[in-house]
Amino acid sequence: MFKKKHATSAVTLKETWKDGDAVTKLTFFIMGLNALRHRQWLKGFSLLFAEIIFLIWFFLSGIHSIAGLSNLGAIKSKRVVFDKAQGVYITQQPDNSVLILLFGILALFIVAGFIYLYIVNLRSNKHTFLLEKRHEHIPTNHEEIASLFDQRLHATLMTIPIVLIILFTVLPTVFMISMAFTNYDRQHSVGFSWTGFQAFGNVLSGDLAGTFFPVLGWTLIWAVAATATTFFFGVLLALLIESKGIKHKNVWRTIFIIVYAVPQFVSLLMMAQFLDYQGPLNTLLMNWGWISHPIHFIDNQASPLIARITVIVVNMWIGIPVSMLTSTAIIQNLPQDQIEAARIDGASPVQIFNHITFPQILFVMSPALIQQFIGNINNFNVIYLLTGGAPMNNNYNGAGSTDLLVTWLYNLTFGQEQRYNASAVLGILIFIISATFSLIAYRHTNAYKEG
Amino acid sequence: MKSYSNQRRFALIFRYVLLAILAVLWIFPIIWIILASFSYNNTGFVSTIWPEKFTWQNYVGILTSSQYPFVNWVLNTLFVAVISATLSTFVTIAVAYVLSRLRFRFRKPFLQIALVLGMFPGFMSMIALYYILKALNMLNLGGLILVYVGGAGLGFYIAKGFFDTMPRAIDEAAEIDGANKWQVFVHIGLPLSKPMIVYTALTSFMAPWVDFIFSGIILSTSGNPKTYTVAYGLYNMVHSAKGTMAQFFTQFIAGCVIIAIPITILFIVMQKFYVNGITAGADKG
Repeated sequence: MFKKKHATSAVTLKETWKDGDAVTKLTFFIMGLNALRHRQWLKGFSLLFAEIIFLIWFFLSGIHSIAGLSNLGAIKSKRVVFDKAQGVYITQQPDNSVLILLFGILALFIVAGFIYLYIVNLRSNKHTFLLEKRHEHIPTNHEEIASLFDQRLHATLMTIPIVLIILFTVLPTVFMISMAFTNYDRQHSVGFSWTGFQAFGNVLSGDLAGTFFPVLGWTLIWAVAATATTFFFGVLLALLIESKGIKHKNVWRTIFIIVYAVPQFVSLLMMAQFLDYQGPLNTLLMNWGWISHPIHFIDNQASPLIARITVIVVNMWIGIPVSMLTSTAIIQNLPQDQIEAARIDGASPVQIFNHITFPQILFVMSPALIQQFIGNINNFNVIYLLTGGAPMNNNYNGAGSTDLLVTWLYNLTFGQEQRYNASAVLGILIFIISATFSLIAYRHTNAYKEG
Repeated sequence: MKSYSNQRRFALIFRYVLLAILAVLWIFPIIWIILASFSYNNTGFVSTIWPEKFTWQNYVGILTSSQYPFVNWVLNTLFVAVISATLSTFVTIAVAYVLSRLRFRFRKPFLQIALVLGMFPGFMSMIALYYILKALNMLNLGGLILVYVGGAGLGFYIAKGFFDTMPRAIDEAAEIDGANKWQVFVHIGLPLSKPMIVYTALTSFMAPWVDFIFSGIILSTSGNPKTYTVAYGLYNMVHSAKGTMAQFFTQFIAGCVIIAIPITILFIVMQKFYVNGITAGADKG
């Protein structure tokens, strides 16, 4: 590969065009021609057919799809118009902007893909031209195919995954980002149009700002609290199980892991039932005489503070076992000499933990911790399954006191509000928050320094 | 000397007691779920720890229910899980191997793009996925498989970490012996990564059993309960069960227990891979 790079840099595209023969020149317009001349059938026919299919598609529907992006459909709302041909009034349905936007973006992707193929064509043409000029061996069809399993194995193996990623991750993401710049909401549920940064304005300073900033604040508090509690107690639990004299360590660990292993929609939905106003926990506490009235833990009559504390505690129930598992692996690999030395010098177990074990674990786990922090910002399951955002907050627009940004995003899309543009804005803002924290994290890890 | 050993024994007993209390606290809600699945109850909620009356009827009910075709759900999920696990494993392992063992121009940009894409909340793209699948006329189990496999290309981190630890000298030796890169991949890379393949296959096998969100969005439009997967079916069931269909709530719990037991066992079997993956990731950031 290295060699090839040097070889191609010896001739420019301009020289290829100027000095090339007719076929080489024609290959600038008809893709794969030069390859076909040299009997590289696979490459030649693939490029040629790609061009033919692309051109047919482009003129039949591609142009139309891309043009649709400019205004997302001319007819924005249902209206009655007079049809001259039939001489009657007919109802005209609005253009479906969602589909126009989706197919427009898809068309742009196809055009980008074709441009990439065209560049591949030019590069291959240039390379063949150079080999001709130097009277070197031009790879045969067979050799070209063989290289797909050797020097270009990466292309062979990555093609399908990349197509899947583009279709099912990149395309939807670009689609949603562009949705943030429209007025797609309940009032404009079929035909909508571009409105620039208006939706961002609504979220950051308009009618949703009164919900956005408190929910953002709680999301950050939640992420810090959830990460810190599970990490700290997870390490303590791991140390407890790993400490000398405890037998059947694996059995103990498994008991805790079971909680994490149970599917979350089971454990959390049942936990919600367990904490219900009429649920077993309240019954139990009443029978023991610890409380005289049932407590509203997570329902709509709960106080926001109690609901938030409950959510964090339940998250500890789920999260501590995972954190225990990972810190166990780290503890087992910790260098023992420092701990021994400290012990000989007369340090107490608490001192050893505070000054040696814990800092070491923290050091090793800091990248994983940042990842967990970001995971908690986006922790949909715990909130959605446990409280569904309850208790509802009258000052909020479509969110409850325990709602995180992601669950609010979900409500804005699939709930009563149907403010799709605002939920897209939220997605972008969540991305910016996560990206900022990741950037800080990666700058502080060795992986980043090594490049 | 005696007091010292006494003190140590006390400390050990204290630690055992603490551990036992914690273990009981943790496992208690799980045991309650199992107990509740045997309770005779038609009020829509279970308010006691110990059921007043034990019954097998909940299990019989959920397995024979015509309103909630649980057996169909399980078969649907099994179908989705097997196909998606096969295809996803192929995609994930191929991507991870290429990114770890081969060097090409697009490698660094790909890793960076994957990192950035991973930071967008997954829910954001659900509307788009819904419309894409609708356009393809695939709002069914096939579409669900496509979504799971489509996401597999970005789930390469743990497998890549595994391939990174394999010594490069093995590849080089094989190449000197005249093997091409494909042969190295098939005859050396794949056999050495058997544990990783098992792990990837198991993770992608388990995903459809616990996912109620994507499956809900994709399958709910059909309105036919027979096409649901088990996670969405059960989730959907409890939402209606809380209201008018209170009598089915304990059946819901029974269904949950039936599904949770194999998933839990699978997860416990896998935990070793899981830990290795996380700590390998932690070392490299």
